Amino acid sequence: MTAIPQPGAKRLGLVIDLDTCVGCHACAVNCKEWNTSGHAAPLTDFQPYAAQQDGVWLNRVHTYEAGTSDGGNGVTSRTVHFPRSCLHCAEPACVTVCPTGASYKRAEDGIVLVNADICIGCKLCSWACPYGAREFDADQGVMRKCTLCIDRIYNETIPEKERVPACVKTCPAQARHFGDLGDPESAVSILVAERGGFDLMPEMGYRPTNKYLPPRQRKPAAAPPAEAPPTPDGGNKLLRWIDRALSR
Amino acid sequence: MNPSFSVVFLTTMSGAGYGMLAWLGILNALGMLPRTGTFGLPAVAVALALTVAGLLASTFHLGRPERAWRAISQWRTSWLSREGVMALATFLPATGFAVAWAALGGGATATVVLGLLAAACGLLTVASQAMIYASLKPVRQWHNAAVLPNFLLLAAFSGVACIAAMAMFWQPGAARIAAALGVLGGVAALAAKLSYWRRIDRSQPVATIESATGLGFLGAVRSLELPHTEENYLLREMGFAVGRKHARRLRRIAVTVGFAAPIVLLAVGLLGAGALLLPLAAAAALTGIYVERWLFFAEATHTVTLYYGRPS
Repeated sequence: MTAIPQPGAKRLGLVIDLDTCVGCHACAVNCKEWNTSGHAAPLTDFQPYAAQQDGVWLNRVHTYEAGTSDGGNGVTSRTVHFPRSCLHCAEPACVTVCPTGASYKRAEDGIVLVNADICIGCKLCSWACPYGAREFDADQGVMRKCTLCIDRIYNETIPEKERVPACVKTCPAQARHFGDLGDPESAVSILVAERGGFDLMPEMGYRPTNKYLPPRQRKPAAAPPAEAPPTPDGGNKLLRWIDRALSR
Repeated sequence: MNPSFSVVFLTTMSGAGYGMLAWLGILNALGMLPRTGTFGLPAVAVALALTVAGLLASTFHLGRPERAWRAISQWRTSWLSREGVMALATFLPATGFAVAWAALGGGATATVVLGLLAAACGLLTVASQAMIYASLKPVRQWHNAAVLPNFLLLAAFSGVACIAAMAMFWQPGAARIAAALGVLGGVAALAAKLSYWRRIDRSQPVATIESATGLGFLGAVRSLELPHTEENYLLREMGFAVGRKHARRLRRIAVTVGFAAPIVLLAVGLLGAGALLLPLAAAAALTGIYVERWLFFAEATHTVTLYYGRPS
């Protein structure tokens, strides 16, 4: 059903650290790799090895410049790499607009999913998402989105420490964290509280579950050491005399 | 937003069809249309044919058209589902209306009641269709109070123009009433459309690239590098920008062909000149409203383009 269930205590989601993300796209690639053979499979590609490649990705990594040059005294802007995927919102309009019930939000953990077996591919959910989290699979005729790797996180056939989303497991900078954001004592909730994690586009009112951690304020660059006054070589009387004469 | 043919065609044609059905029900109840079933049956049939053409075209928009029947299940939350339910529900009183008109004549109580029911269902279908767009927060050109009256007025205008065109061949007196309503409807629809355009031109984006990334605290944000080198689904569907380039000229075309021309043709037809003026007015109205509806999509922007450093 597309009605949003009564929110449960458990709200699984991601916390993405924009301070440590290095923009390597490994999360996007491993997401594609896992999900093209898992619950959301296939993630179709057209012309993957030629010009005009086109395909479904559930995770996209943008790069932004934030701030501006302060005009000569050194640059204050910085480069921020920014992975973008489904935020598993508390108020997902992508679910309520779905005419078939293919889009749904799970009561037990808050994950937003698409049932590809009944999706009619009307694309309205992708219009309703402010974040561009949903991509249409033109080959299969259905909508695709992040599943929070539901086929990993509850998968008892893989070792327990690997039961995290593929993007989290693969991130070499540990910029991605997975956990229960409904539990204020969870590691991710504490991280969000400590680092001032924020919502994307809060003005849209979708109340995303996923949080982003801001880039840390950098210490102002220390002034370069002042050049020490040249002191003439102590042993050379001629140079000392010249120094004294010219210093007058 | 990408103005896909199927959706533009759907909203234009089914708008005219439901508008026509609504006027047939109302005008017949008021005794302003030919009472004979030889008018009523084809008139309701044309109205339904327009809606069926639109609904069939809309299935081309679907990735899985064979599953379209599933779309009527989520009417509790989804305006698209409500549109589907109402579109199907309208066929019941509308078919009864046509049959009763043919069998009992337009004046029979059954015909009047079924006609009014069909009118109400048709208007609710158009209203649901408008709400599909008006309920989408990420698209500011759609998420506003002007969209619903726009859809209803344009459906009413194109619908009554179609009735005038048809009634011409049965009963010129009835055609004149419809033409007069068409002139009034045309002026009202044009006023609503102009006010809609003024509104979207003045409206400011709700979100910014700073709020979309949450990086505003560092200062202005600009896109440095995109996640992919080619256009993807998001940019094709939500980042359609070709229409905006020609928006001014297309607006003039829509106003001239879709409103000014039919209003003048209907007014001249009202004076009794030329039997072909009224059908011409209806054709112009449908063509112009098609352009207008194309623009309704093409001029709409979506917040996802902010992530790509494009205006929203």
